[in-house]
Amino acid sequence: MTELESCDSCALNNSAQLLKLGINVENADYVIALAGNPNTGKSTVFNALTGLKQHTGNWPGKTVTRAEGGYRFKDHKMKLIDLPGTYSLLSTSQDEEIARNFILFGKPDVTIIIVDAARIERNLNLVLQILEITDRAVLCLNLMDEALRHHIDIDERTLGKELGIPVVKCSAIKKQGISELISTVHQVAMRQIICKPYRIKGLSKPAQKMVDKLDKKIRKNYPGLPNSRWIAMRLLDADADIIKALKNGDFINH
Amino acid sequence: MENKDIQDLLDLASELRWEVGENFHDTLVEGIYADAAHIAQKTEIKIGEPNPYNFERKLDQVLTSKKYGFPIMILILSIILWLTIQGANYPSGLLASFFLEFLHPILKTGASQVGLPWWLDGFLIDGVYLALGWVISVMLPPMAIFFPMFTLLEDFGYLPRVAFNLDSLFKKSGAHGKQALTMSMGWGCNAAGVVATRIIDSPRERLIAIITNNFSLCNGRWPTQILIATIFIGALVPDSFSTILASIAVINIALLGIGFTFLSSWMLSKTLLKGEVSTFALELPPYRPPNLWTTLYTSLIDRTLIVLWRAMVFAAPAGAIIWLISNIYVDNLSLANITIDWMDGFGLFFGLNGVILLAYVVAIPANEIVIPTILMLTVAHLNLMGAGDGVMFELESTTETAALLHAGGWTLLTGINLMLFSLLHNPCSTTIYTIYQETKSWKWTAFASIMPVILGFLVTFLVTQIWQLFH
Repeated sequence: MTELESCDSCALNNSAQLLKLGINVENADYVIALAGNPNTGKSTVFNALTGLKQHTGNWPGKTVTRAEGGYRFKDHKMKLIDLPGTYSLLSTSQDEEIARNFILFGKPDVTIIIVDAARIERNLNLVLQILEITDRAVLCLNLMDEALRHHIDIDERTLGKELGIPVVKCSAIKKQGISELISTVHQVAMRQIICKPYRIKGLSKPAQKMVDKLDKKIRKNYPGLPNSRWIAMRLLDADADIIKALKNGDFINH
Repeated sequence: MENKDIQDLLDLASELRWEVGENFHDTLVEGIYADAAHIAQKTEIKIGEPNPYNFERKLDQVLTSKKYGFPIMILILSIILWLTIQGANYPSGLLASFFLEFLHPILKTGASQVGLPWWLDGFLIDGVYLALGWVISVMLPPMAIFFPMFTLLEDFGYLPRVAFNLDSLFKKSGAHGKQALTMSMGWGCNAAGVVATRIIDSPRERLIAIITNNFSLCNGRWPTQILIATIFIGALVPDSFSTILASIAVINIALLGIGFTFLSSWMLSKTLLKGEVSTFALELPPYRPPNLWTTLYTSLIDRTLIVLWRAMVFAAPAGAIIWLISNIYVDNLSLANITIDWMDGFGLFFGLNGVILLAYVVAIPANEIVIPTILMLTVAHLNLMGAGDGVMFELESTTETAALLHAGGWTLLTGINLMLFSLLHNPCSTTIYTIYQETKSWKWTAFASIMPVILGFLVTFLVTQIWQLFH
């Protein structure tokens, strides 16, 4: 982390071009969602970017509704949405629905997925689900200081290659890595970085075949839909919300 | 056309669903887990010694143990309260003498030099200004000490351990274990606690959590408890022990609040809100060394100043009302005196008095201003506050507040019952509004508002009856 610290104190650093906008989020150029497991520091990242003082605390489930804020970077106004922390997007609790519906229907330009670096395996369960829904994401390996204290480091290059999205190491509470996060998010928003998100591979062969079959049909009906495979999986799981959304035509205007 | 395509798609989906069988969900979840494990294994680098969580595990074993969990919880709360009581007395006295003794006469002189009419001068300076001065001197020091310490505990990760300790008790009362978390949130602010009940999915258990949140002593009520305990209970023993005894008294009230939370949850789940208890997994977050300066800063800005500001917003009109009712006379008696005398009989029946009851009526908007209101009404009732003449307030310390209250006819019983009533009465207006927002039901909002008052009168009545048996 020492190299990050020296970067952050440099005047040519990206942070110099960051203008925190607080709650002033009208006419934003890009919409950025913050997602992740509970208690991984989403609200801390949110505050570091927007300059807001959204209450943070060492509790799972601190953010019950979504909070909004904004920042300006390189002449672009970014609107940031802090989603409630969830472990998965598969079941139907209220927070999972808020988080999932925003990523699915709110179509954020970039989704920042905050991950607890010391508990990466459990956190990846959510990451893989999010990557099935959106193809524009940045992984923020937060709490790096805590992970190192517990003798855990992450090979972020391999992780980035595996997941097909950029990975940034952070320690938001110490404001480390925030400037790199900002510029990476900006590059993804501007399509300077094109993500090739990971696809869930661990399904059984027959299940995989069903998913592919349904996916093909969906893509025929909705060409260009980035998450047709995920919708296929939800339909096979009889997700009532997704069936309703299909009937309402929520997926048409993509 | 469109509709037909969608129907085709849904038909294909349900057809495939039959083929894939019921366990698709499990297959999917297993697949995700397997992939996650695979990627984690590739990218996670263990440095040196494995088993790095040894210390945390040991700490958890102690903090959540059946034997030590509760005693440690009570001990930590006691230390925080002791430091608050010990530390707040002196700065409170300083602030009071600045606002009430030093600045008040200057303002009065200034007003008379400018030639303000007596009623405007009284309304603004003796009413609004004095109420603000009271609120700041009584509330700011304890909050500035209590909140940072509470926030440090929260950031360290202790509160979820409290929830863990209380979980089984909540299950036994037929409520959701997560209610332990919303209850702890309520110790900060009941309105926040009510909003936090959104983490409870079952509507039945969520309603129980909303209705009983009021039994968590909130920001606005800690100072009341601390002050009254210092004056009436701390004074029972020699000075060197008084802070400890006062802390113990406040802890007992807080524990009594937890007791009432369980009792009323249990009664609700047996009567109006019957149903199954749902299970859930409570994750104990890692211990994190709190960032001392950030915590101090945010707890001062987020909690102390916001709560103080809210108290001041509500205190200003309350001060005006107090001045008005003390200065509008009917048959040579002020409205305040008439109401206090009228309520006195009723109040004494419950070991309280007319001043306290009127104060709770005036202070419905915010619990924070109950004590300042009581003090101002006592002053007004004893005719210490003239109509426009300069009034001296010499409450340099709690001793003098005590003298004032004793002059108003307060006894140890009044003090104890005020502490009980402060725990058991209607939620403040913000909380009532939040309850309506969250439940969208007037019925439940009314129930949540009235039930605690009835309980409060019941308890204070019983305490008074028992007290009178022995005196």
